[in-house]
Amino acid sequence: MLTQALFRALDKKAVWVIGIFLAVAVLVPMANLLIPPGQFGHVPTYLVSLLGKYLSYAILALALDLVWGYCGILSLGHSAFFALGGYAMGMYLMRQIGTRGVYGNPTLPDFMVFLNWKELPWYWMGFDNFWFAMAMVVLVPGLLAFIFGFFAFRSRVTGVYLSIITQAMTFALLLAFFRNDMGFGGNNGLTDFKDILGAPVQAQSTRVILFAATAIALALSVLVCSMIVNSKLGKVMVAVRDAESRTRFIGYRVEYVKLFAFTVSAIMAGIAGALYVPQVGIINPGEFEPGNSIEVVIWTAVGGRGTLIGPIIGAIVVNLGKSWFTSALPEFWLFALGALFIFVTLFLPKGIVGLWKQIFGARRKKAEEPAAPTPAQSADIERGEDPSTFDSVQPRPAE
Amino acid sequence: MLTQILRLALLTLSLLLPTQMVRAQDAAVDIPAQVTALGEASLRELGAIVTTLASTGDPSVVPVLTALGEGNLYLDETSGAVVIQRGSSITDPLTGEAVDLGADADLSRIRVNNGLRRDISAALSGMTLMSDNPGTRLSAAQGFLAKPDAANLPLLDEAIAAETEANVRSAMQAARAVTILTSEDASVEDKNAAVPQIVSGAGRNAITILTGALANAPDEVKPTIQSAISGLEQGRAVWGALQNVWFGVSLGSVLLLAAIGLAITFGVMGVINMAHGEMVMLGAYTTFLVQLVIRQNFPGLLDYSLLIALPVAFLVTGAIGVGIERGIIRWLYGRPLETLLATWGLSLILQQTVRSIFGPTNQMVIAPTWMSGSTDFFGLAITYNRFWIVIFALIVFFMLLLILNRTPLGLQMRAVTQNRRMASAMGIRTPFVDAMTFGLGSGIAGLAGVALTQIDNISPNLGQNYIIDSFMVVVFGGVGNLWGTFVGALTLGVANKFLEPYAGAVLGKILILVLIILFIQRRPRGLFALKGRAIEQ
Amino acid sequence: MSKAQDTMLYLNGVSVAFDGFRAINNLSIIVRPTEMLAIIGPNGAGKTTMMDIITGKTRPDAGDVMFDGRTDLTKLDEAAIANLGIGRKFQKPTVFESHTVWDNLEMALKKPRGIFAALFYTPSDEDVARITEILETVRLLHRKDEYAANLSHGQKQWLEIGMLLAQDPKLLLVDEPVAGMTDSETEETAKLLREIAKTRSVVVVEHDMSFVRELGSRVVCLAEGAVLAEGSLDQVSANPVVIERYLGR
Repeated sequence: MLTQALFRALDKKAVWVIGIFLAVAVLVPMANLLIPPGQFGHVPTYLVSLLGKYLSYAILALALDLVWGYCGILSLGHSAFFALGGYAMGMYLMRQIGTRGVYGNPTLPDFMVFLNWKELPWYWMGFDNFWFAMAMVVLVPGLLAFIFGFFAFRSRVTGVYLSIITQAMTFALLLAFFRNDMGFGGNNGLTDFKDILGAPVQAQSTRVILFAATAIALALSVLVCSMIVNSKLGKVMVAVRDAESRTRFIGYRVEYVKLFAFTVSAIMAGIAGALYVPQVGIINPGEFEPGNSIEVVIWTAVGGRGTLIGPIIGAIVVNLGKSWFTSALPEFWLFALGALFIFVTLFLPKGIVGLWKQIFGARRKKAEEPAAPTPAQSADIERGEDPSTFDSVQPRPAE
Repeated sequence: MLTQILRLALLTLSLLLPTQMVRAQDAAVDIPAQVTALGEASLRELGAIVTTLASTGDPSVVPVLTALGEGNLYLDETSGAVVIQRGSSITDPLTGEAVDLGADADLSRIRVNNGLRRDISAALSGMTLMSDNPGTRLSAAQGFLAKPDAANLPLLDEAIAAETEANVRSAMQAARAVTILTSEDASVEDKNAAVPQIVSGAGRNAITILTGALANAPDEVKPTIQSAISGLEQGRAVWGALQNVWFGVSLGSVLLLAAIGLAITFGVMGVINMAHGEMVMLGAYTTFLVQLVIRQNFPGLLDYSLLIALPVAFLVTGAIGVGIERGIIRWLYGRPLETLLATWGLSLILQQTVRSIFGPTNQMVIAPTWMSGSTDFFGLAITYNRFWIVIFALIVFFMLLLILNRTPLGLQMRAVTQNRRMASAMGIRTPFVDAMTFGLGSGIAGLAGVALTQIDNISPNLGQNYIIDSFMVVVFGGVGNLWGTFVGALTLGVANKFLEPYAGAVLGKILILVLIILFIQRRPRGLFALKGRAIEQ
Repeated sequence: MSKAQDTMLYLNGVSVAFDGFRAINNLSIIVRPTEMLAIIGPNGAGKTTMMDIITGKTRPDAGDVMFDGRTDLTKLDEAAIANLGIGRKFQKPTVFESHTVWDNLEMALKKPRGIFAALFYTPSDEDVARITEILETVRLLHRKDEYAANLSHGQKQWLEIGMLLAQDPKLLLVDEPVAGMTDSETEETAKLLREIAKTRSVVVVEHDMSFVRELGSRVVCLAEGAVLAEGSLDQVSANPVVIERYLGR
């Protein structure tokens, strides 16, 4: 059963994408370690970490794409799952500091000593163990998504309503994590990490390994997503996106389909966060900002939602742009980002991948593969109804 | 010499005054001499003199004792005269006339300690209980209340008998009751009877007084005091609740202003305008600019600058709203999620534009005089700016109701809300209605911005602080009915303020968000959702 | 309850109101196993609302809705009702436009609907044969790899009927199946529905009188949410009330 699903997952496109990132996982570290600095082809260590950051963003964008691009759930709270995964990793890294903190307390992180706490809160227990922390990276975002999704999807909260309550969720978490007495470092978050699995976080070798891990995680995420979207479940997800109530009438439990996609997606986002934190060296409540979640949406939209490669391209391209802007023209980054939002929604609904297909695919494949309608178009088709039937009215506010 | 004669004359006069209740058992006290004696007296002697002076009951000693208590009574070492010095003015303590001590004056303060200061204030209270001024008598009674002494009982009895003002008398009775309650030799019955008088007369301090008395009270009285305290605490809870309701209504009206424009654009067009908060922000900056222009050119109109800013802000933000609708939103109809993204991008641009022009720092709008200060409404502290914002929110709300229910545009808007296709088939120009609706919603956001200048900092992030709360109001209240927004805003405002004391401001807010997330499970379309097949699809 | 025995669908005294407007008013209808029933009536008569009630989209305010003589449909949601064996074709054709014709049928095919069942589903030879058979029945075999969005209106109608067949329901609710079809397509559809009704119960809502005549089934005329007349098409269309309220002239 699983082998068949895996076989389906590894279609031509997915094999390419997975192959590329596995190659990246090997080649970039080699370019860093083997080619001496100054020589052509050398990748400096800071760049390795920067690329690692982009790839963890790419996992996050892919996670969002699974729910938005394929299942039609526009989550404006995905950075909450990312941040929760990041905090779980950050808690492990904090416990690894041990007596090397400013206060030298062997168990309590510095900020707790500063707050005059005498013992470790119960929810910090176990985080000194790497595998326990990794389990939490998966479980905490997954469980939150499961509980939140269970209630939301069962009550058929959809469309913009769902978007807004996911935003409220991340906003509530933002407020909570800003509080000092929550025990997550308040405003400053968790930082000053020293070791991960005994290796110093700052060391070149550690950074290279973290990068490789991120690239492999991305390849695995592509594999998992490909497996899902190529299965019948994936088709049902698209059906839910395009015609939710119709899917119900052929007997699928739409709420469970959504719940599955949402939970899997949240877990992927959590893993992305856990890979992100040791590479940037800090996690703070700012990661819960609603604005961050919406930025993830735009990465996905820029690359092309409803495709597996699109969100990855989008995350990398937009963040490259952000890095360039914030160093060259910091004043203009928000203008550029804002304009990107408007431009993509108005003129590029299928993103870069859609544009690519339009330019290069149209010529080549015209006869054999007619263009699929965009999600937006098909959503329109569902919403707009036969004008001749007055007794079947629908208001414009979408579900 | 002249002053001495005058002093004597005054003294004689005061003794002769028939209306003044003179309690002086010993009429022979030489007041001026006693006052002069204050200059050289030791602390203990001071106490005796104070008692003597107070026992005369002569109102002229009141300023002397007051000054002594305050530490403003001085001895001129050169002439031996006792004078009051306040700032640069030096006056005679008994007559209040200015005294010229000459160039070689050497003033030294007559020192008192805390014990003496208490004695003085008690003595003064005793004397001022007989004052002509009811306000003075009331504060005197309150002085006794704070420092009960069984020795003052006859004095209080006397004053109560003579008192004509009901509220002053009840304060006096409370003071008497406290004295009885704390005295050692009063009977249990008297003490029990005293408790209700404290409750009715001691005002806000009653709980403190009773709690203080509880420890030393005889066991028979304790239950009475206990029940009086719990009664008072309930009363205080009710009062606190009322205060909270007011704070909640005040917050709710701000939410209402911020959310109501959002509600109509969402209701009519199904469009979530993420840039709505920025419209509020632009309204606030418009107000700032209007005030700037007025201050520079027409300073006389400064007090009216807010009123002038209202139409300006409405038109500016309304026009921008129409521009946004024509430029962006109309291309995205039927794609609400894309609209959400595009308007979010727009909000980033607007914020950054304002930040580039005005800088990231906060700007100030001066409050007009009629909006500064506060009033005490039956013990509720009500600041005028909050009060006017509540009124303003109500005006805007009812105006909007009027527009929706009584104008052709309102009729068209309602028609489009209920059935866009049918409305369009009947010849309503839905694009025009959309543009007008969006303009109206944005204009109201601008009005909200004008109001917010009075309670919040004007910064490029102003809108961000309100947008999520506004969404919550709309989601909670439901779409398609302004009353839903009204009830939603006030409910959230009041609920927020009630949770705050128990959970703290941040946790309270989190709780509200969680409650709304749970609420939307029960009613996915809000409190006042449209019903029927039309909506169910 | 005993009345509900031996019926496929049993509606008794069903009412539902939206904001005071009574869309369905004390409606009682019975459909027997392997019976075809045509429902006609003016716009706003409550035909679609009735379908909504049967399929769990709308909850009735009052009345019984029983399926197969024993299952109370008012307690179930859409997916549960669909899995009981009630298939519905919508007034406007709703197929999954961004899926191919084949995938549309594969999703509708009667198979376990669970999440993991769907995740690990691989079509068996039997399934492929069944889908091919249905495609032949609805004449879409030559277009099986095309996106449903690219089908003509009539073809979408047929695809949706095909999806109904794939679901293998005991009761089919078919809302205006021939809207937008040519005369010959209409004829074919009638033939197909008659064929289906040999083994299942079918409820058809239709305005097209010639199509209803071709179905040759029992007819119920609804108006204002209640049954106006019942019987054969000739009986119903001769009924003076029906003429006045629905047919006109």
